[in-house]
Amino acid sequence: MSEGIMQADQPPELTGDTPDLFSKFDDTIKLRENLLASGVEDPFSLVMERVLSPTRAICNGRDTILLGTYNYMGMTFDPDVVAAGQKALADFGSGTTGSRVLNGTYQGHKECEDALREFYDMDHAMVFSTGYQANLGIISTIAGKGDYVVLDIDSHASIWDGCAMGNAEIVPFKHNDITAMEKRLKRIPEGAGKLVVLEGVYSMLGDIAPLKEMVKIAKDNGAMVLVDEAHSMGFIGEHGRGVVEQAGVIDDVDFIIGTFSKSVGTVGGFCVSNHPKFEIMRLVCRPYVFTASLPPSVVATAATSIRKLMTAKDKREHLWKNSQRLHSGLTQLGFKLGTDEPQSAIVAVIMPDLEKGAAMWSALLTEGLYVNLARPPATPANMTLLRCSLCAVHSDEEVETILGMFERAGKAVGII
Amino acid sequence: MDRAEVDSRIRKIIEPFNKKGIAITEDTTFAGDLEFDSLTVMDFVAEIEDEFDIIISMNQQAEIEKYGQLVDAVHDLVSS
Repeated sequence: MSEGIMQADQPPELTGDTPDLFSKFDDTIKLRENLLASGVEDPFSLVMERVLSPTRAICNGRDTILLGTYNYMGMTFDPDVVAAGQKALADFGSGTTGSRVLNGTYQGHKECEDALREFYDMDHAMVFSTGYQANLGIISTIAGKGDYVVLDIDSHASIWDGCAMGNAEIVPFKHNDITAMEKRLKRIPEGAGKLVVLEGVYSMLGDIAPLKEMVKIAKDNGAMVLVDEAHSMGFIGEHGRGVVEQAGVIDDVDFIIGTFSKSVGTVGGFCVSNHPKFEIMRLVCRPYVFTASLPPSVVATAATSIRKLMTAKDKREHLWKNSQRLHSGLTQLGFKLGTDEPQSAIVAVIMPDLEKGAAMWSALLTEGLYVNLARPPATPANMTLLRCSLCAVHSDEEVETILGMFERAGKAVGII
Repeated sequence: MDRAEVDSRIRKIIEPFNKKGIAITEDTTFAGDLEFDSLTVMDFVAEIEDEFDIIISMNQQAEIEKYGQLVDAVHDLVSS
């Protein structure tokens, strides 16, 4: 018996013609090794040893300003939010150990969905365990064989994966190109079901979609419309409902997808809709059914945060001010940005290449500033970007400090 | 539209994408011989779609590796 175990523990030796399944990652391994050999800190294994506030943490031993966390509304340390989570943790335990459709729907999950319905003023809300799963689940479930999904080429990975998981025909169009979208919609065979998938804010460059025009064209061509508002919730639109609200088309879209991991300040995803049959999704959507539901503390923090975001007008205004100041400051310093005008709370700084981008990222970290390094294939047009996401609780002084850090790092690396 | 006409129209579209100016045959592969990356594929497919007023979905694109297969697929689409 023990001999058998000993033998099973021996790793099988690869013979000449047996491929190593990991050889397909060799190029990525090499890219990473070359990057680290240039002496930069590893951009993809940063550890936050302590988190002091929504905008400050100790990273790799340094006191660091956080400018790349999507914590747009600074809710992560809100005393009401933290207290709600602590109470739920004490009253309902650490986890549900079950699916939403079995033993995993607690009072808190219903209250969280109530908060979402109120926030969006919509009839139905469905909470998923992550935003990724919300896109994966809704898109793969509603667009079936013979249906068509028409989507922006720069869509988030979760949208693409939702397309890949389903059986519909997938038709991408050039980023934010209204004509390209319309042409493709008109070519779809008569009688086929159509779903148009758009994002309010595209997270790589921080640009927004021309939703007013696009939603109208989609509806005129008989398509249902799904808009991912992950990067606008709580911030864009009068009530923080997103670009759909700002563009005046919220009543025309069929589904809004969102996340709790940005403005809401915890983790989880959701879909809200006015579709009369929407509730059936809870039984047919596999990424909703076949996973455990969110812990009670998480849905309690989310519900509390969502309700506070409804009235966070002052925070929205300060976040806009921050975004505008950072955008104009970086432009004046000579950096190339993803958009000519600030359109969201994301300011993307375009780097000449990955090496310079990684060097700049590393120099900023040494200055005490954390931003996101975004690189191909996640980026459009193979760009390397330093993505900055502002927070409503960054102070005016912090934004000026950030600009000073960019100036010193940019000069040291030779980008400006 | 016959296959020869589809072929000649696609050959015109492919010219600016054929950076190395290689001779294109029925067996020329897009990823291997022409070194198309995903962005190039998108632009190239969009131009063909507009030229023939058709949709080549991602699902159909996944089946097309060689030039000849593309001509066949477009010919089928414009004939149906």
